[in-house]
Amino acid sequence: MHWYILRRLLLMLPTLLGVAVIVFLLMRVIPGDIVEMRFAEGRFFNRELVEKERARFGLDRPLWVQCGDWVWGLVRLDFGLSMWSGAPIRQEIAIRLQLSLQLAIMATMVAVLLAIPLGTLAALRQDTWIDYVIRIFSIAGLATPSFWLGILMFLCFLIVFQWIPPMVFTPFWRDPWQNLSQMIWPALAVGYRYSAVAARMMRSAMLEVLREDYIRTARAKGLWQSLIVKRHALKNAMLPVLTVIGLEFAFLIGGLVVTEQVFNLNGLGLLFVQSVARRDYTLVQALVLLVALVYIVVNFCVDLLYVWLDPRIRYQ
Amino acid sequence: MTAVNSSTDAHLQISEDAGPSHWLVGLGTFASRWPLGAAGAVIIVLMIGSAVFAPFIAPYDPLETDFAAQFSPPTMAHWLGTDAFGRDLLSRIIYGSRTALLVGFASAFLGATLGAMLGVASAYFGGPIDLVVQRLVDIFLAFPIIILALAVVSILGTGVSNVIMAITVPMIPNCARVVRSSALAVRQMPYVDAARAAGFGYARIIFRHMLPNVMAPYLIMLTAFVGQAILLEASLSFLGLGVAEPTPAWGLMLRGAAVEFAESAPWMAIFPGLAISLGVFAFNLFGDALRDALDPKLRTL
Repeated sequence: MHWYILRRLLLMLPTLLGVAVIVFLLMRVIPGDIVEMRFAEGRFFNRELVEKERARFGLDRPLWVQCGDWVWGLVRLDFGLSMWSGAPIRQEIAIRLQLSLQLAIMATMVAVLLAIPLGTLAALRQDTWIDYVIRIFSIAGLATPSFWLGILMFLCFLIVFQWIPPMVFTPFWRDPWQNLSQMIWPALAVGYRYSAVAARMMRSAMLEVLREDYIRTARAKGLWQSLIVKRHALKNAMLPVLTVIGLEFAFLIGGLVVTEQVFNLNGLGLLFVQSVARRDYTLVQALVLLVALVYIVVNFCVDLLYVWLDPRIRYQ
Repeated sequence: MTAVNSSTDAHLQISEDAGPSHWLVGLGTFASRWPLGAAGAVIIVLMIGSAVFAPFIAPYDPLETDFAAQFSPPTMAHWLGTDAFGRDLLSRIIYGSRTALLVGFASAFLGATLGAMLGVASAYFGGPIDLVVQRLVDIFLAFPIIILALAVVSILGTGVSNVIMAITVPMIPNCARVVRSSALAVRQMPYVDAARAAGFGYARIIFRHMLPNVMAPYLIMLTAFVGQAILLEASLSFLGLGVAEPTPAWGLMLRGAAVEFAESAPWMAIFPGLAISLGVFAFNLFGDALRDALDPKLRTL
């Protein structure tokens, strides 16, 4: 087991290196660079000046030198400066990561609290009206755009309560109440959608587990239904649900562009889209690596949780 | 409407009868076993009908401005009210179904087809090709679909055809991964060996022998993608990076004035969102039923 963990941790390095090189190349394949984007804004073009600007960012060097330089920086945990704002990338990301991470964690909590009981209930009452209502509720969650849900929430607050949630982000430790009264709404909007995927997975996994031999044995020896579900079925049915939740969590870190827009949040999703549009190579590269790292780490944690949930699983 | 309904029914009947195995069920059986799926199909047919016959159904021209009727609440003249330019919301929603369905079907079809081809080819060749393709797919899968779509839009620019491209790109790896796992099983079938022994080239084996046998996952992915693509188009348009004004598109209708004046004119924010949700909901219901009907593993449950 220890060897397995060590090997997985070591394997992360070549994966991240691969991501780094690929995103580096992808950014260079895309037409246009930061200098062109800047001058396109000012509507004035001077070849000499463009070349000078390119040299300032080091874009005139051969590709492999640029790439090597960047990767060497990564090894020393130095992400460099944002090409657009000139601020250190570590600082640019840190402010937004705090917000995105909190939103992702809260949305996951909402999703888990909704999905596991609803999915289990739907499986236990398969093909009854309860099952149908829960299925419609979760399919509707997949179909409702989170930005529309956000607009409806604001509308509801305005018309019914004459109140709108705070618009400026306050860190949790400074004022938990202020922070939560802003963050709970996007977390609910995102969490509802996210719970739909997990609830559907929970239902089908539960249906499968309930047909296994050991559940029949438990029934045969006269165990109560509630105890069978809680003690025996739930843990096993959780495995695929956990995978889905893990994957979605990784997406929530950088993928909530539209929600961030509606709720006026300054998160990583918007930063990423802006940086691609500005061809801010260094910032895009750092963000892609961050998302890849979260994705890999979450997957790793999910694999480890498997062992705890299902003792039949052993890693060599 | 009944004419449209029965012709679609007949079409479904034929395609199901022409299928290769015993899961064939008539439309009646489909409706009674999967009532939710049938409900989805009815909404989809209604949507297609309103897109095709938009000029006959819509009470007004969707682009016609009428400053006398700015921000009109729902009345007998304007059933769903009007927007900031006095344009009739009902007509814009009816015409908007054209944009949604065009983008939805085009990008779902392109994404699922290219993805299926990539997945089957990856499974057929195996070895280092498979490894490289799958690692590339891994990297793309690590990103939320909307982020990839936004990245493509910010490179290509906005407009209907670019939006279709932007939504297609992130769907390819998704479909490739799912189809590959089915294709790996097909790859082991004796008829693939027989085709190789007969000296057929890889293109012929992939297109004529393997692709037809991964139809079930392909169709499931295709229907799931249509709903997702409609949702994505709405999100992109909402961000101002999708379809451009004055084209009627549901996401675009929720942008700008709809949010600014939401308190005084809530109908502008409510109805287009309802249209998006209902459309995507219908495709999801139908896709779910289709998956249950086509996937033999889940069928017994």
